[in-house]
Amino acid sequence: MARYLLVKMSTPQSQLQTNEARLIRRVCDGERDVFYELVRPYERMVYATAISIVKNPADAEEVAQEAVLKAFSHLPGFRGEAKFSTWLVQITYNEARLKLRKAHLHLYESIDEQQQNDHGDYIPKDFADWRPIPSEALESDEMRRMVQNAINLLASIYREVLILRDVQLLTVKETVMVLGISEAAVKTRLHRARLLLRDSLAPGLDGCWIRGQAYRKVRPW
Amino acid sequence: MSTIEISCVEVWREISNYIDGDISPELRERMEAHLANCAHCSAVMGGTRNVVGLVADGRLFQMPEGFNKRLYSKIRGLP
Repeated sequence: MARYLLVKMSTPQSQLQTNEARLIRRVCDGERDVFYELVRPYERMVYATAISIVKNPADAEEVAQEAVLKAFSHLPGFRGEAKFSTWLVQITYNEARLKLRKAHLHLYESIDEQQQNDHGDYIPKDFADWRPIPSEALESDEMRRMVQNAINLLASIYREVLILRDVQLLTVKETVMVLGISEAAVKTRLHRARLLLRDSLAPGLDGCWIRGQAYRKVRPW
Repeated sequence: MSTIEISCVEVWREISNYIDGDISPELRERMEAHLANCAHCSAVMGGTRNVVGLVADGRLFQMPEGFNKRLYSKIRGLP
């Protein structure tokens, strides 16, 4: 479980925000080293946001570092209107998009996006049996790669919402704030992302049993 | 009072909201009545739940080795 989640679960939200507000004041008063203490619980969150957009580890690390440094320089302007973590994710998201624009990678993505829209019903594929997956499954590199690849294949409009809602566990309102889209769009895109991911992963994770075909077990357990 | 039936398409449309607990009790009841009798929709629901569980697992995105040390060193190098 990501460290930031453990922080979130073990510390009541109000106490967490009070602690963070105290750390922020100290950083702004010149205790620069305290800044690492402030961002450390969110390292993975920042990295996961970055890699979900730029898709490769080297660029993701660069984006994550840039985002953290930018957060430092803008910290005196942080008014606490959003949670510190949401604010940090928003900066990371903007940095990652900037990186893509600079590399012109969005040109390739936009073609993908044009083939998808938020309207119309999505018909899920007919995989008849998808039993619960044990949590140990993600200890395998192969399984992690499979899930990451499936996420990377999603059009960015779906991938970004999925990462913010289901990986970072941001609320709908926080996701609205980071992406600057409507609440309805967040829900529709998340729904589509989850179904697309399920369709993409189901045959590889569990074998498939499509009408008219024999069940083929491929899971190692 | 009997539950008003709901179609597969209506169930698919609401699966994500169902998982997030973002539907009315009435709709939840109708969906559950449908899921109890529809193998395809149950599989779609099960698969989607699996996806949400897998993606939410913190182990999915492993940070590169030395990431935090390099980040800390960048912070220490700030003017």
